[in-house]
Amino acid sequence: MDLDPVLLSRLQFAWVVGWHILMPAFTIGMASYIALLEGLHVFTGRSVYLRVSMFWIRIFSVAFGVGVVSGVVMPFQIGTNWSRYADSAGNVLGPLFAYEGLTAFFLEAAFLGVLLFGRKLVPPWAHFVAALMVAIGTLFSAFWILSANSWMQTPAGYEVIDGRFFPKDWLEVIFNPSFPYRLAHTVTAFYVTTGFVVVAVAAWLLRKGRSVDEARVMLSMTLWLLTFLVPLQIFIGDQHGLNTKEYQPAKLAAIEARWDTERSFPLALFVIPDPANETNRYAIEIPYLGSLILTHSLDGEIKGLKEFKPEDRPPVAIPFFAFRLMAGIGFLMLAVVAASWWLRYRRHLFHSRWFLGLCVLMGPLGFVAVLAGWTTTEVGRQPWTVYGLLRTSESVSPSLAGGDVLASLLAYMAVYLIIFPSALVIAARLARNGPAVAPDTGAAIESGRPSAPVNIELLPEGKTP
Amino acid sequence: MNTLSFVPVWTVILGAGIFIYVLLDGFDLGVGMLYGFMPDTRSRNMVMNAIAPVWDGNETWLVLGGLALLSAFPLAFAIIIPALYFPILVMLLALVFRGVAFEFRFREAERRTFWDQGFFYGSMIATFAQGIMLGAFIQGFKVSDRAFAGGAFDFLTPFSVLTGIALVFGYALLGAGWLVLKTEGEIQERARRYGRICLVVVLLAVLAVSIWTPLMSEEVARRWFSWPNILILSPVPIASALVAWATWRSLNGVSQSGTFIGATALFVLSYAGIAISLWPMIVPHHYTLDQAASSPSTQAFLLVGTLFLLPVILVYSSWSYWVFRGKVRADVGYH
Repeated sequence: MDLDPVLLSRLQFAWVVGWHILMPAFTIGMASYIALLEGLHVFTGRSVYLRVSMFWIRIFSVAFGVGVVSGVVMPFQIGTNWSRYADSAGNVLGPLFAYEGLTAFFLEAAFLGVLLFGRKLVPPWAHFVAALMVAIGTLFSAFWILSANSWMQTPAGYEVIDGRFFPKDWLEVIFNPSFPYRLAHTVTAFYVTTGFVVVAVAAWLLRKGRSVDEARVMLSMTLWLLTFLVPLQIFIGDQHGLNTKEYQPAKLAAIEARWDTERSFPLALFVIPDPANETNRYAIEIPYLGSLILTHSLDGEIKGLKEFKPEDRPPVAIPFFAFRLMAGIGFLMLAVVAASWWLRYRRHLFHSRWFLGLCVLMGPLGFVAVLAGWTTTEVGRQPWTVYGLLRTSESVSPSLAGGDVLASLLAYMAVYLIIFPSALVIAARLARNGPAVAPDTGAAIESGRPSAPVNIELLPEGKTP
Repeated sequence: MNTLSFVPVWTVILGAGIFIYVLLDGFDLGVGMLYGFMPDTRSRNMVMNAIAPVWDGNETWLVLGGLALLSAFPLAFAIIIPALYFPILVMLLALVFRGVAFEFRFREAERRTFWDQGFFYGSMIATFAQGIMLGAFIQGFKVSDRAFAGGAFDFLTPFSVLTGIALVFGYALLGAGWLVLKTEGEIQERARRYGRICLVVVLLAVLAVSIWTPLMSEEVARRWFSWPNILILSPVPIASALVAWATWRSLNGVSQSGTFIGATALFVLSYAGIAISLWPMIVPHHYTLDQAASSPSTQAFLLVGTLFLLPVILVYSSWSYWVFRGKVRADVGYH
């Protein structure tokens, strides 16, 4: 059998980045949530925020540690497996990756020590500042890495000399056409993902009757945040789709499995694409809905895949189904948030067992949606690494033999299948223990200061302070 | 039109960045190796707490080094990294193992032995792989059409194995110096004992590399032994001998910081020795720093931020070390 180094290198990249992306999907949201909790603690003096924060910091540190070590792997992939791409695009993309390392990675890593271990060593405000710096660091991280990714999808501000890309206008490079949409869509996705993890853990604790005060704060606060974030995410996703239609029409055609350019087109719910015959078998479609969603008009036009040469077309089935999985989860999340409004109005939010059970089940779905969305955009931009300009097959390191890549892929698989499930087990165990509950005396805890008086509205019913 | 070149300043930044990585992750990888020789869980906890708050900050310098190479000298990145395909793979996987072991061994008591082993072997294998990379880099790679053109196992030579072993004992020496600085009593005594063994092996290895390198390459021999270079460069070996003697004294004495400072000085001198041998090549035998450099626009764009951010990073990294200064206490860590 002939082993193809390009396909194996793509699988390897998908494997290492697919696992890695799960960590920032959680840590970016969680860093902001912890900073919010620490800030609320400093400014309101309520100790419940501190207990919730300490609880999540422990879980955060597990995910962050795994995120750091699996992140170190990433820049080296560009060199080991994609050296032609590194030589070709290094002048433009190198600084974007490097700025990520400089502004973000270091901010996180330097203040993380204080956040994780320094509570007894620094005053509460300094601890809050450290939390804030970690949160800002994670957002800078997302900014630069998504800028680089977006440039590969919608390159701008460059010139080509001797087959290599050189920068012409850095602002155009950084703020390339798809970047604002991708940044907003991804960061919101990470916030929503984290939100549903918090909601799931809180719901689980409430069902078990553990750490009830803390779990109520988590559940109520986070469902309020999600009330804004989930609809916002659907709106941003729609805008991102319009951007894709303009700049990467082949990707959009693949996502929608449209072969012919047409007006007033339907929305395909399920198809079996048949690329060899340039058609779909068995399509289930809703008339007009496609053009309504994608063009915001009933007689809008979509470019079909036949407009593109066969060698320039992405695969169809993967983006088609991955996109539907992502969008489906998004609307399921909206339904859960809407249900929470009704239960809140009925004052049943903390008691409805079916709703709390549903919340627990929703916990992992944000991660599934992130992976599905990432698969949609990355498979959909094939066969290019730099869209329309540099082919994936011409980006791979020329010295690589298929066997070498197979060996490294198997090694990454073996190690990641030990590391990531272990991290999950450890995080789940920490979550199961729940936050520490308030001491009966309300005495000083942790920071060495007396905690604020217990807040009445956070107490379980029938209990007075 | 290129009257102003940013190559010199990027050379300094890259050189300093890689050295800071070698020094910082060097001591915590070294501590990771000595960790395997600690007799009980209590002393292992202390040893791990001596680096727990700082290790991931240290490791980010590896990322910075890699990314600075990609940005400032993309051609060198595109040749060196694929040439070291397997050592880099092994290093990364070993770093993954030892990195997660920090968290996992505290959180999974029933599998503590597994993660203890992961931490020890991860630290050692990552170090050995880095040493191999150093040796392979000094020997040079086969290049054609702006790309590495050799085989996947070209890196494996007797010379690179020697540099691999040298680095294992070198990092362990740095780690011993760090433990002398951060611990007391029985653990410190152990650190001094292991430090003495490491120092002896390191000196032998450095001597072997110093003889072997000029024998391998006429260029290197000319650089060091032609007149007047031999006179100008003679402070390097002389200073090395003096530093080695002072480090030995401090290992046997009562100094708390002498070993770490001495080990650091040995690394500075060895690093300088390698730089003198290879200058001005960044892909030995093929490309100079200037030839491999990225465009002035790229270097300038990154330089603006770097000149602002790098000092800030150094300040708050130092602050981070300052917060955790002094002897390590058993109660500050993952509990």
